[in-house]
Amino acid sequence: MSAIGHYLESEGIATAAISLVREHTEVMQPPRALWVPFPLGRPLGVAHHADFQRRVLRALLSLFERASGPVLEDFPEDAPADVLNEADHAQGEACPVFFGSQTSLSNASTAAQLQAEIAALAPWQALAARRRGASAFGLSGLAPSALANTLVTLAAASTTTASDWQRVKLAVDDLRTYYEEAAAAQPAPLPPAELEQWFYRQTAVGALLRDLRSVGMAHADAPVRLIAERMLIPRRLL
Amino acid sequence: MARLSELTEHERDHLLSMRDQAPRLEPKAFVRPGPLSEARVAIISTAGLHQADDPAFAPGEGATGYRVIPGDVNPATLMMSHISVNFDRSGFRRDSEVVFPLARLRELAQAGHIGSVADFHYSFMGAPFPPTRFESKAREIAGLLRCDRVDAAVLMPV
Repeated sequence: MSAIGHYLESEGIATAAISLVREHTEVMQPPRALWVPFPLGRPLGVAHHADFQRRVLRALLSLFERASGPVLEDFPEDAPADVLNEADHAQGEACPVFFGSQTSLSNASTAAQLQAEIAALAPWQALAARRRGASAFGLSGLAPSALANTLVTLAAASTTTASDWQRVKLAVDDLRTYYEEAAAAQPAPLPPAELEQWFYRQTAVGALLRDLRSVGMAHADAPVRLIAERMLIPRRLL
Repeated sequence: MARLSELTEHERDHLLSMRDQAPRLEPKAFVRPGPLSEARVAIISTAGLHQADDPAFAPGEGATGYRVIPGDVNPATLMMSHISVNFDRSGFRRDSEVVFPLARLRELAQAGHIGSVADFHYSFMGAPFPPTRFESKAREIAGLLRCDRVDAAVLMPV
């Protein structure tokens, strides 16, 4: 982001960047930057909090009024906790993700477990999309059940190509969006970090992704090993 | 959480290694855009954002491709196809303003805090390494921003 600031500024466009990793901004010295103490992925801090987002944006815009630079300032507030809707204001502990009854499926095939998970989450994902006005799901153009079949087929295939694995990356992103949108729409949802752990560690699709990572890391082609190693499971969850 | 001290050791080491390897770009240009209340403002994101009928970002497209986001887009319909799995996406899934604050910018324009909002905004899928790989496309976008009479750009990483 800092490099873009340098290049735009040298072309006559004034820039002000949000900085998420202060240590990077310190060495890159973009013309103007506002460091914010928010999680990676959230430059405005928190969802559905227009006042807070506006404060961050106004602090960033105020850097355009400085007479000289480079400018690196710190935003003084931490982001408040997530609020999705009125129900979230209720006091109490977060509830586990509701998945229907999975007991009878413990001996089922991975494919059957995935399809059961997808079916159980379907109404919640639809609710999430209605609340948001649209869904972030749909990158690959395939339905969730077809995405699940793609992953199962790849994990079991005797030979695979780099293009198979590039398609898998979008399929994984899409399925994660589907699962986490659905889970976040349920009553008393888990906070984001726990939701991520749930997806990767407590679902059939998460188990399949760990298998896929092992399969891909043993692949003969370096690009496949790279996708498997770095793009299926977040570093912090390895 | 973007405080390094609050990240896992693995994540912290990765980010510090990126810092140590990054090229140093000497501060040179510093453009004064005039009064903020008259400034026309665009958003440049590196979140891998696009509309549903745009092609998703491909691996390796970090610095070589960008998507145009029209100023009249419904922000709720934006998609994210960033290659990294190492940042929070739950905020974006709930409310795209947390990544791409177009509605907030429109409100600030209506309130007279800024002059106007650009007709076009742009998203890369960051972060390429080294970041100097952005140069060609960043200069290309600068030309488009000038044609859109943009004075100031806010840069939004993830």
